[in-house]
Amino acid sequence: MIAHSIFFYTFSIIAIVSAIMVTASKNTVHSVFFLILDFISISCLFIMIGAEFLGMIMLIVYVGAVAVLFLFVVMMLNVAQQKNQWFSSEESSKHIPVGLIISTLIFVELIIVIGGWKYKPDLFDINNSIEINYVSNTHSLGQVLYTDYIHIFQISGMILLVAMIGAIVLTFRKRVGVKTQSYIKQISRERSDGVSVVKVESNKGVKIDD
Amino acid sequence: MTEIGLGHYLTLGAIIFSIGIIGIFLNRKNIIVILMSIELILLAVNINLVSFSIFLGDLTGQVFTLFILTVAAAEAAIGLAIIVVYYRNSGTIRVEHIDELKG
Repeated sequence: MIAHSIFFYTFSIIAIVSAIMVTASKNTVHSVFFLILDFISISCLFIMIGAEFLGMIMLIVYVGAVAVLFLFVVMMLNVAQQKNQWFSSEESSKHIPVGLIISTLIFVELIIVIGGWKYKPDLFDINNSIEINYVSNTHSLGQVLYTDYIHIFQISGMILLVAMIGAIVLTFRKRVGVKTQSYIKQISRERSDGVSVVKVESNKGVKIDD
Repeated sequence: MTEIGLGHYLTLGAIIFSIGIIGIFLNRKNIIVILMSIELILLAVNINLVSFSIFLGDLTGQVFTLFILTVAAAEAAIGLAIIVVYYRNSGTIRVEHIDELKG
């Protein structure tokens, strides 16, 4: 149990510090790297408390896909040199007290809710859950996901498809002056367009079309 | 160093949520960092759902975390595509310059 608390405090302190560095670092590339560190430490926490499948999925989806996407966009847009200034310009400094007040209020509210939370006393005693000891987390999650939540699962797949098509449509641009292959012209070409039979008289030769 | 319970994880989620909101408000320079702050907020929500799911022994929270992960990935892809298109059209993604709607 002491190892549990040591790991919890280590990973959570790393997560909090890197979350602060995401918002505070001057370079956008550094922000992306701290975001990756944050995701890794949170997924370590997930694996530690027994949600192994979600921890691994977070590593794959966030670190492997989303963070790399952020990194690509940051490199493509050349915003790494644009420094992330908070307190220098005049018009931006008026947002800072508002943001601090709002976030502090939300934090205090959440802490009040957490501190005042009372469980039903028999909640932890009754084992009314689907938690079976010899079935792994991934197995039990799959048993629930593909039976009870199958429609939501399919809808989430549709959401991903719509997002993919939307991203392609948004960033697609037709470039002029590029030689491309026209399939419809290729397919609709007949024999008579390319070949013609010419009757050649003797000693006259053929005048080739120019 | 008492036993790590549900309250510890919820407090961690609350701290990361607040940091994400601070990031949205304080960042006036770069809109990509605002998207990253939104990712932080979704991460805090995921922490809450997973910790409730583990400590109450109900698997529904983890299923919903999976769906939130899906929606977050879709949202990041669409948001970054919009940012790329905006940068291509206007040449900047500074937050204080994106005010054409005067909202």
